[in-house]
Amino acid sequence: MDNKLEIQNFSFYYGQFQALINLNLPIRRNQITALIGPSGCGKSTFLRALNRMNDTIKGARAEGQVLLDGKNIYDPDVDVVQLRQRVGMVFQRPNPFPQSIYNNVAYGPRVLGLAGGNGRLDEIVEQSLRDAALWEDVKDRLEGPAQALNPGQQQRLCIARTIAVKPEVVLMDEPCSALDPVATLKIEELMQQLAADYTIVIVTHSMEQAARASHWTGFFWLGELVEYGRTPDLFTNPEKELTEAYITGRQG
Amino acid sequence: MATYEEIEQTREDTAVSPTPRRRNGRELIIEGLILASGVSVIIIITLIFLFLLKEGLPAFTSQPISTFWGRRWYPIEETYGLLPLLAGSLLVTVGAVVIAVPLGLTTAVYLGEFAPDWLREILKPLIEVLAGIPSIVLGFLGWVALAPLIQNMGAPTGLTAFTGSLILAYMALPTIISITEDALYAVPKEYRDGSLAIGATHWQTVWRVVLPAARSGIVIAIMLGVGRAIGETMAVMLVTGNAANIPELGLGMMFQPIRTMTATIAAEMGEVAQGSTHYSVLFAIGIVLFIITFLVNSLATRLIGGRPKQRGAQL
Ligand SMILES: Nc1ncnc2c1ncn2[C@@H]1O[C@H](COP(=O)(O)OP(=O)(O)O)[C@@H](O)[C@H]1O
Ligand SMILES: [Mg+2]
Repeated sequence: MDNKLEIQNFSFYYGQFQALINLNLPIRRNQITALIGPSGCGKSTFLRALNRMNDTIKGARAEGQVLLDGKNIYDPDVDVVQLRQRVGMVFQRPNPFPQSIYNNVAYGPRVLGLAGGNGRLDEIVEQSLRDAALWEDVKDRLEGPAQALNPGQQQRLCIARTIAVKPEVVLMDEPCSALDPVATLKIEELMQQLAADYTIVIVTHSMEQAARASHWTGFFWLGELVEYGRTPDLFTNPEKELTEAYITGRQG
Repeated sequence: MATYEEIEQTREDTAVSPTPRRRNGRELIIEGLILASGVSVIIIITLIFLFLLKEGLPAFTSQPISTFWGRRWYPIEETYGLLPLLAGSLLVTVGAVVIAVPLGLTTAVYLGEFAPDWLREILKPLIEVLAGIPSIVLGFLGWVALAPLIQNMGAPTGLTAFTGSLILAYMALPTIISITEDALYAVPKEYRDGSLAIGATHWQTVWRVVLPAARSGIVIAIMLGVGRAIGETMAVMLVTGNAANIPELGLGMMFQPIRTMTATIAAEMGEVAQGSTHYSVLFAIGIVLFIITFLVNSLATRLIGGRPKQRGAQL
């Protein structure tokens, strides 16, 4: 089975408003899946449905199934906290905690009790920062405030914080929208390396980014999945007219 | 009907003559007013302090400083040891802080983070009502209701430092609760999301992310709450027994009558001759209070502005 996640007949409602309409798609293991579409079409809602970050919203309701390794994450016996440990998330605006760089990365392992002794924690922090391509930037100021980093570094710190708990899936919601082109390229490079160990789903409003950095692409429109396929196919040879109109900039 | 040219003309008029001079003048006046009120606050505080010094300093010259370090406050015999009063104020205040801070913070955390909506709707107005009760009424309540209760529990008298602490704590609570709640509310949702998305529980998120992020607001809440309580005189005077003793160290310390510095000034100022030693000593107590308040405030500013202890510290 090479599908890490399988979304089946999935709909999502904010009260009366249906934000996602009967979605069906797979998320491939150790691949990067990009989600594109105009704003308001439900990309963030979908992403947040994959680790149940929408649970706290009043009146919100999900229908259908999201299978993680074959197990529906909306089953009543699923522990949301454990689910989020397996399916981590990086947000649109870098959101490091107002604490030290070290504490940001150590946060997850501490909270989840992953590190036995303190030496082990140091190891996890270093490895996570290396994996997030941030170690060289911050190794001399681990005790310094995370807020002093530039936005690109902050976002990589958030990635380090996420992968410090060894999730299986990493969700990224427009992780580069607050970053300059250089920082953006760095994150994209990083994603390619991370794909070896993690399944990545990235929402992006930049079609160039989706085309450059993903293996699979899903195109959303008004809460529906219009088209899904291998990224090169979808961008060079879309099946639906709406997709073609959108990627060529005639629509959206 | 105006022609197109006329409209363009008016538009240009308004664009060209936006009366920069007059607006500048108005801004200058407003700036001046703000400056004046700022300066006047400083002047008033300085005057108060100078007045305190003028009336209080003779106390330090008319007799050796060491008298103030005495263990007996007995003005009739010209014995002005401040230690019992200092100890009294310290006991009552520390007691109040020890009671009010944990109670206030946990209440605020519960209200802001865990309480269901309907309960919050009930509790918040109630807390505001508590804030509105005049302190003397609380003091009175302490006297008729609390004091007998404490005496029944086995204290020699119901009018004790502990009674005062309880009353002060209840005065400080509404302020601590509502300002702490505001501080928690002001913590960006992004921090919470970031923590929850890692797999932290709601409780862990509050304890390890939200509370540390709201730290400076919480310190302010405590300072304002305790500040309200420290200055309080009458209610405390009513319930602490007003005995200028140094309480014996030990477990029973909180359950003995004491007398605070503020209560001493309030009780004795009416009956001293102006310019007498006793009179200037009372002002000297005022100076001591002033200095203590100043020190506490500077400490709080330090706490707010300082960097958090980072690694290893249990934030
Ligand atoms: N908390 C919410 N409550 C109600 N409606 C929401 C909420 N969040 C998003 N929506 C609505 O759901 C739709 C999809 O939003 P979103 O998933 O944020 O889109 P995208 O990320 O693609 O821009 C929008 O119409 C938006 O107004
Ligand atoms: Mg979005």
